This record gives sequence, structure tokens and C-alpha cells, in this order.
Amino acid sequence: MVNEGPFQHQASDSAYLFTKAALEKGHEIYRVFFYYDGVNNANKLSEPQADDRDLVKLWSALAQEHKVDLVVCVAAALRRGIKDEILAPGFRISGLGQLIESGIVADRQITFGD
Amino acid sequence: MEEEWDEDGPEVVKRFMYVNRKAPYGTVYALEMLEKVLIAAAFEQDVHVVFMDDGVYQLKKGQETKGVNMKNFSPTFRALEGYDVEKLYAEKESLEARGLTVDDLVVPVEVLTSEELKALMSKQEVILTA
Repeated sequence: MVNEGPFQHQASDSAYLFTKAALEKGHEIYRVFFYYDGVNNANKLSEPQADDRDLVKLWSALAQEHKVDLVVCVAAALRRGIKDEILAPGFRISGLGQLIESGIVADRQITFGD
Repeated sequence: MEEEWDEDGPEVVKRFMYVNRKAPYGTVYALEMLEKVLIAAAFEQDVHVVFMDDGVYQLKKGQETKGVNMKNFSPTFRALEGYDVEKLYAEKESLEARGLTVDDLVVPVEVLTSEELKALMSKQEVILTA
């Protein structure tokens, strides 16, 4: 679960690097769920400066390469103006039930954020 | 997926713990945490909700939020019982440090010391904090 946006906080960087490392070690990532300001990780309109990392694009690339399920919470997203039309590739909008389901299915659920 | 479950709900019931550590207003964490608690209850999981640090203020009686232009969501905690969320805990040290007792809270909670809370946490399968 990613609880913070890509610029204010290191949480999504840590989540991204953790996810990538886990996949490289052969673990399965059942789902990444974006909640609170974490939904801003899915905004394709985001344009970081050229010398900054672009987490939105990095997540999309990870989803494409490893078929990682990137789910954005609908209630948190709508509050923050994140809608289907501005969703970066690889992300989908769904309900909080997806978070609970991944907690039920996965061996471990890890929270990134304060 | 929820659609695949029959009317009896999911076959797997896990121990979920929600750890509320933040004040109710000032940031959105507490409000959105409460939304998450309600969903886990709908999935018929074994839900435990903990209030510690400034999170104990979420349960304070008599919240008057008009001045900060926010909805007072503390009454929702009273509705948790209707969702079969009855395992509510507050950390003793957090209450004491803030001069609060169970009489100051909108719902009944079990008061645990941080040592007791640690033992309860170690028995959980999924822990969500904010």
C-alpha cells in the first residue's frame, strides 16, 4: 500500500524500489494499492523536471514489464481529481475491497508512508 | 475477487489490525483510515482497531469542527458496532499522556499497555497504519 504522493514524501520511491527488488528476487507482487495522496502516483499529467526521476512513468514501466496490478482507490482518487482519463498506463481505478482482498491473499502486506 | 465469493462471504478470515496514530483533523489520514476499516468489516474479516499516540483524540467526545470547516466524523465510530467491529483498543500510555480516560471517549474501548498492545500486534496477520 502506497500512502503518499510522488513528490512530497519518499514513500512511493521506497515502495517502487522495494517492489522492483522483490520482483528481481523472484517474489510475486500480488498488487500495489494506492491510497491517500498515493493516488497521485497515477497521474499521467504529472511533468517532473528533466533531471528528476519520474515515478509515474517508472510505475507504468514496472506494470508493463512484470504485469504488476496497480490499483488506485476510487474514493481517494475522485477527491483528488484522479480519473480514468488522466490515468497513466498500467494503473486501474477500483475500490478499497481490492486492498482487503490483497491482504487476504498475500503472505505479507506492507505499508509505505507515515 | 469479491464477485467470486458466495453469499457466505470469503472463506479466509484473517486478523486485520488498523493502527490509528494521528489526530482526527489537520491531515486526512484518520478519515480515510475509517473508510478502510468499514470495508474490511464488509469483507467479514476479524477486525481490530487500535488508537494510540495522537490517534486517541479521534475518539474524544465533544468534537466541534465547524471552525476548521471539517465534518465531525467521530459519530461514525459509534456505528462500527453495527458492522460487527467491536474490538477497539486504546493505548494506556497515550491516553494518560494526554490527560484522557475512557470516560472522555465516544465509544467503549479496551485499554491496553504498550506491552499488551505489542503482544496483540504480534498475533495479527495484516497490519495497516496511518
